[in-house]
Amino acid sequence: MASGLIGRLVGTKPSRLTTAARLIPARCTASGSEAEPKASSGGGGGSKLKTFQIYRWNPDNPGKPQLQDYQIDLKDCGPMVLDALIKIKNEMDPSLTFRRSCREGICGSCAMNIDGCNGLACLTKIQDGASETTITPLPHMFVIKDLVVDMTNFYNQYKSIEPWLKRKNPPSEPGKEILQSKKDRAKLDGMYECILCACCSTSCPSYWWNPESYLGPAALLHANRWISDSRDEYTKERLEAIDDEFKLYRCHTILNCARACPKGLNPGKQIAHIKQLQR
Amino acid sequence: MWRCVSRSLRAPYSRTSLSGSRISRLFSTGSTDDYKIVDHTYDAVVVGAGGAGLRAAIGLSEHGFNTACITKLFPTRSHTVAAQGGINAALGNMSEDDWRWHMYDTVKGSDWLGDQDAIQYMCREAPKAVIELENYGLPFSRTEEGKIYQRAFGGQSLDFGKGGQAYRCACAADRTGHALLHTLYGQAMKHNTQFFVEYFALDLLMASDGSCQGVIALNMEDGTLHRFRSAQTILATGGYGRAYFSATSAHTCTGDGNAMVARAGLPLQDLEFVQFHPTGIYGAGCLITEGSRGEGGILRNSEGERFMERYAPTAKDLASRDVVSRSMTMEIREGRGVGPHKDHIYLHLNHLPPEVLKERLPGISETAAIFAGVDVTKEPIPVLPTVHYNMGGIPTNYHGEVVTIKGDDPDAVVPGLMAAGEAACASVHGANRLGANSLLDIVVFGRACANRVAEINKPGEKQRPLEEDAGRKTIEWLNKLRNSRGSLPTSSIRLNMQRIMQNNAAVFRTQETLEEGCQLIDKAWESFEDVQVKDRSLIWNSDLIETIELENLLINAAITMHSAEARKESRGAHAREDFTKREDGEWMKHTLGYWEDEKVRLDYRPVHMDTLDDEIETFPPKARVY
Ligand SMILES: Cc1cc2nc3c(=O)[nH]c(=O)nc-3n(C[C@H](O)[C@H](O)[C@H](O)COP(=O)(O)OP(=O)(O)OC[C@H]3O[C@@H](n4cnc5c(N)ncnc54)[C@H](O)[C@@H]3O)c2cc1C
Repeated sequence: MASGLIGRLVGTKPSRLTTAARLIPARCTASGSEAEPKASSGGGGGSKLKTFQIYRWNPDNPGKPQLQDYQIDLKDCGPMVLDALIKIKNEMDPSLTFRRSCREGICGSCAMNIDGCNGLACLTKIQDGASETTITPLPHMFVIKDLVVDMTNFYNQYKSIEPWLKRKNPPSEPGKEILQSKKDRAKLDGMYECILCACCSTSCPSYWWNPESYLGPAALLHANRWISDSRDEYTKERLEAIDDEFKLYRCHTILNCARACPKGLNPGKQIAHIKQLQR
Repeated sequence: MWRCVSRSLRAPYSRTSLSGSRISRLFSTGSTDDYKIVDHTYDAVVVGAGGAGLRAAIGLSEHGFNTACITKLFPTRSHTVAAQGGINAALGNMSEDDWRWHMYDTVKGSDWLGDQDAIQYMCREAPKAVIELENYGLPFSRTEEGKIYQRAFGGQSLDFGKGGQAYRCACAADRTGHALLHTLYGQAMKHNTQFFVEYFALDLLMASDGSCQGVIALNMEDGTLHRFRSAQTILATGGYGRAYFSATSAHTCTGDGNAMVARAGLPLQDLEFVQFHPTGIYGAGCLITEGSRGEGGILRNSEGERFMERYAPTAKDLASRDVVSRSMTMEIREGRGVGPHKDHIYLHLNHLPPEVLKERLPGISETAAIFAGVDVTKEPIPVLPTVHYNMGGIPTNYHGEVVTIKGDDPDAVVPGLMAAGEAACASVHGANRLGANSLLDIVVFGRACANRVAEINKPGEKQRPLEEDAGRKTIEWLNKLRNSRGSLPTSSIRLNMQRIMQNNAAVFRTQETLEEGCQLIDKAWESFEDVQVKDRSLIWNSDLIETIELENLLINAAITMHSAEARKESRGAHAREDFTKREDGEWMKHTLGYWEDEKVRLDYRPVHMDTLDDEIETFPPKARVY
C-alpha cells in the first residue's frame, strides 16, 4: 500500500522537494456548495461525504500547483476513484483535467498517484474509511495540466527496445503460423499483459534519478517479453542492446514496480531474468 | 516532487517542419481569439489508431506512402485494447473448416442485411489476416501442436449450419484485443509511421467538387490547429457506444468520424442497428466476453433454469447476440430475473475447471472480482444486455472507399475518402454482428484501404492546393463552442441524451417509444444551443473536447433514433414489438441518414446480394433460427 510513499521518501532529491506539504490547499467553491459541513465518511443522515484533495496546475496561469478540496457524497457516486473524478468534473468543476478511457483497467490512461500509491483511478476503490483522499499526478513526471503528465520520454523508451517480432529466417512455410508450444507461450504470461500505464516506472526511485538514461521497469519488462519469445531470433542482439550500466543496471531491486503494477505484474522479476541472461 | 514547467512548442513541431509543414498564419475568428494554424501535406492521413487505423497506416507505410496517423488517444489506449474474446478465421486448427462456412454464418448473423461481396472478401481474407498477425508477433494461445488455439463463439457453425458448433475464434486468452493492438502498434513503430498523438480531428476538409482533401485537427497539448492535406483520408475512429447510458464502450467512443462525415453532408448507414451484448456486468457495464460461454459458461434465470435451451434449442447459450439479449430481456420481463429487483440474469462459470478459467479466462475473472465482487470459481456473475457495438457507420464498398448516392448510382465513390473499422459500414455485419468478427473486420478492411490507395495513388503525387479558407467554418465553430456561455453543462445534456437512447432505442422497440424518442432526441439537440463550457483554455481543454464529443454523439444519436423509427420491421438487433417479422420485400435495404440543416433526412440504398466471383454463390434470404 505505502510503496509510493516509501519510494518517495527514499528517492526524492531534497532540492526538488515539492511535496504535498508545500502545495497550497484551496477549497473548491466551484459548485457553490462550499457551505456544506466538512463531515468525514460515515456521517449521519442520507449522505456520506468525502473530501478529495486534487492536484491542480494550470499552464495558462503557471503559478505554484495547488491541492484543491472537493467534497462529494459517496452515496451518489460509483465505487472507484475514477467515478469520483468524473462526478467532480461533471457536477462541480468541468476544468478538472485528467486522462481516462476504458474505465476497466485495460487502456492504462488514468494512471495517477492516489493517497501516495501509483495506480489506475478506474481500478482503485474509494476508501470510505479514511477522511480524505489525495490525488496527484504520477510522480516525477512533467505536468501538462492537473493530472495529465507528459509521457513522451516513457513512450520513447518503450520504442527503444524495439517491441516487435524480429526474425532472421522467413517462416519455414510462408502463410503459416510460426509454431509455438504451450510451454513457450506460457513464458510470455506476466509480461504481455502490460498496459503501458507507467505506474511502475514512475514509482521507481532509480527511474526518478535517471529518467532518461535508465530504461525503467516497464520498458525492461517489454525487453524481456521479446527476449523470452521463442519465435524471436534476435535474442542475443536484444540482450546486447540493453547490456548497459544505465539502461539496465540502474535497477536495484527496490521492487516498487511490482507493488505499483495495477495488473499484478512483476517487472523486477523480469529485469532479474535479463540480468541472469547477461552473465 | 512534480516538475512543473511551462512548456514551449515541442516535438511535433520540429518533426512536422521536417516533413514540409508550415505555420501558415494566425487565423482570426473575428473575436479576440487567434488560432495558430499549421499546414501539413501527406500522401495519406489516417484518423484513428485503433486496430483499423493502425493496420491501414502500416499498409500505407509498407507501400511507401508518406502517412500521418492522427489520434486523440495514444494508440494503445484505443478501445480495440478492450476486446477480449478473439478474432474469427477459418484456420481449421481445431477441426476442418472453410471460409465459406464462416461466410454463411456471417450472412445469416447479419440477418441478410450484410453486403455479400464484402462478407466474402472478409471471410476469405481472414486466415491470411490472422496468420499475418501471428507473424507480427501476436501472442496467441496455443494448441497442443503449437498452433493458434481457437475457441467456440456465438453464431459459428460448420458446414453451412448443418455441422454443429465451429471452433473458429482465434484468441490470446481473453485479452485478444490488447494483444492485437500492442502488436500492431509495434509494427507501426517498426515502419516509423508518423503519429500525431492527442490530436483531435474536428472536421473533414471537403473541396467544392465533393472530394475530400484531408482533415483539420486540434493539438490538445498546445491548442494549435492543423490542416492535414492528403490525397486519401481514412477514417478509423471507432463506434459511438457512449450515446447510451450503459455501454461496454470506453468514454472515448463518441463517433467523431461518423459526425465529421455527417457534417460534410454525406450519409451514415444503418445506424438503427445497435448491438446489445448479452453479458455486460450488471451496474458497471464492463464486458464479460462471449468466450466465457464459448468455454462452457451458462446463463440461468431466477429458477436456475438454463433458459436459452427454450429459445435456441441447437445453439443454446451460443446463439447470435441479438437472440440471446432478447431472450434475457424476455426472462426478466416475465419475472424470472435474478437479484432483489429481479432485473438481471446470472452467468455461471463456477462449473468450469479452475485451470480453464486460469488459462483461458484470466482477464474476466479479474474483472468480475473487481467490478461485481464475484469469485467466478464459486459464484455466478450478474449480467445484463449492454450496448456494445455499432453495426452501422460510414458506408463503404469492400475496398474501404466511402460511398454515397449520386443521381441513380447508389454506390458512388467519394473521391479521397475511405473508412474502416467500427466507424465504417462495409457492410459485413448487416443487422447483427457475430462475436469476433469485428477484430477481423478492422484488420481486413484496414489493410484493404491501404491496398486500394496503392492501386489508385502513387507516393509523392502532387496534390491540388486546399481551397481558400479551408477549415474556416470549423474554426469559427470551435471558437463558438469554446466560448459557450449557456446554462446547461455538457454533462447534463449528455446524461439526458444517454437516458433517451437507453429508454427509447432499447433491445425491444415500438412505434410509440421510437416516436417519443425522436421528439426527445431532437429536443436534446436543440438544448445543445444552450451548452455551457467553463474551461476557456487551449491547452488540454477536456471540457471543450467533451463538448465537441457530445455534439458528435448527438448527431449519431439523432440519426440512430430516426432510422429506427422509420424501419417498420424486425431484423437482427432492430427488434420491433409492433412489426415482429423481417420484411425482405420492403426492407432488405440499407438506411442512409443525412444530417441536413440540423435535422435527419433518410434515404435508402440496396443491399449487395451478389458475391465477388464464382467461388461462392449468393446465400438467398431464409428464416433465421439457432
Ligand atoms: C469490451 C469490448 C470487447 C470486445 N471484444 C471483441 C472481440 O472479442 N472480438 C471482436 O471481434 N470484437 C470485439 N469488440 C469490438 C471491437 O473491439 C471493436 O469494434 C474494434 O476494436 C473497433 O476498432 P476500431 O479500430 O474501429 O476503433 P477503436 O479501437 O475504437 O479506435 C478508434 C481510434 O480513433 C481515434 N479517434 C476517435 N475519434 C478521434 C478524433 N476525433 N480525432 C482523432 N482520433 C480519433 C481514437 O484515438 C482511436 O485511436 C469488443 C468491443 C468491446 C467494447
